Amino acid sequence: MTLIKTKIGRRSFIRTSTLVSGGLVLGFNWLASCKNKTEEEILAMPKEWFELNSYLKIGDNGVVTITTPNPEFGQNIRTSMPMIVAEELDVDWKNVIVVQAPYHSEKYGMQFTGGSRGIMTRWEPLRMAGASARYVLIAAAAQAWQVPAVEITTEDGVLYHKASKNSAGYGEMASAAATIAIPEDVQLKDVKDFTIIGTSHKNVDAKDIVTGEPMFGMDYQKEGMLIAMIEHPPAFGMTLKSVDDSAAKSMPGIKDVVVIKSFKDDYEKGGFDVNAFPEIVAVVGSSTWEVLQAKKKLKVEWQPITASSEMINGFRGKQTKNIPAGLESSASHKAKMEKLGGKPGKIVRQDGNPKVAFKNATKIIERTYSAPFLAHNCMEPLNAFAHVEGDKAQIAAPVQIPSLILPTLASSLGIPAENIAMEMPRMGGGFGRKAYAHYVVEAALISKKVNAPVKLVYTREDDMTNGIYRPSYQATYRAALDENNNLTALHVKAGGIPESPLFANRFPAGALDNYIAEEWSIDSNITIGAFRAPRSNFMAGAEQSFLDEVAEASGKDPIQFRLDLLKRAKDNPVGEQNDYDAERYAGVLELLREKSDWSQTPANVHRGVSAYFCHNSYAAHVLDIRMDEEKPVVEKVVCAIDCGIVVNPDAATNMAEGAITDGIGNAFFGELTFKDGVPQKTNFHQYQMIRMSDAPKEIEVHFVENEIAPTGMGEPPFPPIFGAIANALYKATGQRHYRQPFVTEKQIVG
Amino acid sequence: MAKFNLNINGKTQEVEVDPSTPMLWVLRDHFKLLGTKYGCGIAQCGACTVHLGDDAVRSCQLPVSSVGDKDITTIEGLSEKGDHPVQQAWLEVDVPQCGYCQAGQIMTASALLEKNPNPSDEEIETAMNGNICRCGTYTRIKKAVKIAANSVNA
Ligand code: FES
Ligand code: FES
Repeated sequence: MTLIKTKIGRRSFIRTSTLVSGGLVLGFNWLASCKNKTEEEILAMPKEWFELNSYLKIGDNGVVTITTPNPEFGQNIRTSMPMIVAEELDVDWKNVIVVQAPYHSEKYGMQFTGGSRGIMTRWEPLRMAGASARYVLIAAAAQAWQVPAVEITTEDGVLYHKASKNSAGYGEMASAAATIAIPEDVQLKDVKDFTIIGTSHKNVDAKDIVTGEPMFGMDYQKEGMLIAMIEHPPAFGMTLKSVDDSAAKSMPGIKDVVVIKSFKDDYEKGGFDVNAFPEIVAVVGSSTWEVLQAKKKLKVEWQPITASSEMINGFRGKQTKNIPAGLESSASHKAKMEKLGGKPGKIVRQDGNPKVAFKNATKIIERTYSAPFLAHNCMEPLNAFAHVEGDKAQIAAPVQIPSLILPTLASSLGIPAENIAMEMPRMGGGFGRKAYAHYVVEAALISKKVNAPVKLVYTREDDMTNGIYRPSYQATYRAALDENNNLTALHVKAGGIPESPLFANRFPAGALDNYIAEEWSIDSNITIGAFRAPRSNFMAGAEQSFLDEVAEASGKDPIQFRLDLLKRAKDNPVGEQNDYDAERYAGVLELLREKSDWSQTPANVHRGVSAYFCHNSYAAHVLDIRMDEEKPVVEKVVCAIDCGIVVNPDAATNMAEGAITDGIGNAFFGELTFKDGVPQKTNFHQYQMIRMSDAPKEIEVHFVENEIAPTGMGEPPFPPIFGAIANALYKATGQRHYRQPFVTEKQIVG
Repeated sequence: MAKFNLNINGKTQEVEVDPSTPMLWVLRDHFKLLGTKYGCGIAQCGACTVHLGDDAVRSCQLPVSSVGDKDITTIEGLSEKGDHPVQQAWLEVDVPQCGYCQAGQIMTASALLEKNPNPSDEEIETAMNGNICRCGTYTRIKKAVKIAANSVNA
């Protein structure tokens, strides 16, 4: 058993009261009335609830409510987080009801979804929540039975004292347990004793999803609620000049047309306050269709922005951000990137003497990789419900990081942050986009202006053209080989618009005596932000394609080539900053080699391999392509992942399958270009998304089994798929692929 | 503005709206049938799929005035207890990730099986290709459609 201090967690275990009365809250309050509970559900409802800490309460009949702290966007933490609590509480999963927490940082700490950090950061607090509740239940039983607590055991929600033959359900002891102090430290289970963690449990929301129950921000309803839609500048580099709203206002069902300004002039922005169009026009009316019609009648004049720079107070401290004026185009982006990529960059890391190594090389391979801007295209377009009344605000919106939009909301509304109540409905996808919640501020300002509850809805076109995109990137790799075709030096120079994608301390850094990493960036007024596995989502593809080419030039098997480098990194690492664990990295490759039957390529398919470390985890793929005339068909992907302990294996598998499919879609088709500041795609008739016929026919996911505390899962399988595709396409076509997207109009473009 | 009597999920309901209003918004805004989703508004993503008679249609491109007396079935009306074979198969395979596209996927799949109880892989792909799943649950969707087909045929 691990003895663990509850101290850090104690603050988040504040009890609001020892006795919580009132019924079962299933789902969101606003929906409770929509649904008639079955008789069984009513019978199963306890008469009294006892809150043992802020994550769980136990009913007098033993039913347990577990509050899941973080917002859900499809990674299934609404199942896996409560599973962690239930494991340590030692309760039968069938008796668990899951409730979504509202935003309440005092009770629940950092409630966010992003960076694949959910399970990793919640692992200990959630175990402690379960274990400390189990502790007070045992203490209550010990008092009641007058026996030593250490002699009491638990199983499936029942307390036992063998010697005295006493037993009681958790429900019977809950009232007494609620009066017992939470201990200073608690014992956690041994990993080998887990019965819930590590066993697949079905998605707790699946039934509601397949029956169409309202649960998304887009579904939020409130009496008297109005619908709002926005009109934003048609191009990046433009801003509002004037608006003639007379025609729009006279349309049926329209209540008002308002201009809103998202930031107070003196507001110091945080890193997630990204917003290309802080001044926009909103049309407000009683129904979506009426607002859509009125939107067409707006006469808005736009004007060019002037160049500016602003201070951003983000995670990396205060930084100046330059926003150039002008209307940017992809053609000029490309020219600028090629020019800058050819010049020396800023050296971020250097090991050994790469200059000499390249001078002495027998052979030098140099390749340049590039990728375009990408739009997130979450299935649920951006939306937010807000009701501002006086100095209070109620918000319900799909948001990945509520804590970061709260200060902006408070400033823009001019009300104290503690007067803002936020619910966190399920998100219809996020992928990083919903970390930038400017739409919540917009909804709140609109509500304040029209003095009514408002749901702001972005059209698909608004969502795609008012993006916070994955940047456009470029990377040049150079490898020096000696006369025996051994890799003696590696040089990477990477940059992008407007940020560099480089991770200077990642593999193969650490495995090479001579290494140099440089970076550069180009300012832009096109807004960019996190997109599933930021920066890694480009670098993995470039690096893993390049290593494939180097392995081939060295005459080595691509998996063995990587394993040899990793062995060097493990046995005798170069430098001290290497951010990966060479042993775990090699471990996934070995598992993959075995599970994919690597030496036996099936007939008629072409195989590519790729591996990557990011978000504290390791993922590797073997991807098989079959050519159907000119069209590549992905027959099968075999994937190996080391993300430590896997809480809910089938759910993690689903997420890996999704990451693989998403990666194939973006590698094949993903692209957003600009002309004079205007995004050249506005909806799915132009932006090609992966569909069923392009998805892999089969996906197999394998996890490395170990007892390491969980690390990231949602992102790690995504980046390496780009390399696996490129390498398989090479095998299939004889042509290396350097520019994403790889396939357009069903043609391979190379 | 005009009045329409619509047969939705076995009930006749009246609504007064502009005749050009797409059924998607009639369902969502006026009848609060929120299971049918908005994804693109231009018949490209399938999130808004409902049944018009026996056909899977994109409700974002279906003006209320064109419905007439045809039956409309939404995800809420697909089965009384959420136990349509397609819904059951979806639960068995645990298909959803974010879930936003899934009502549309299920409505397309159930219309397919109604017409073709034993579809081949290719027929499944052709029928389902109009439904985007941004989370990438396609391999599970295909598996669930096959399980549902088997249970329909059993
Ligand atoms: S919303 Fe109708 S097809 Fe996309
Ligand atoms: S499950 Fe998220 S879009 Fe399909």
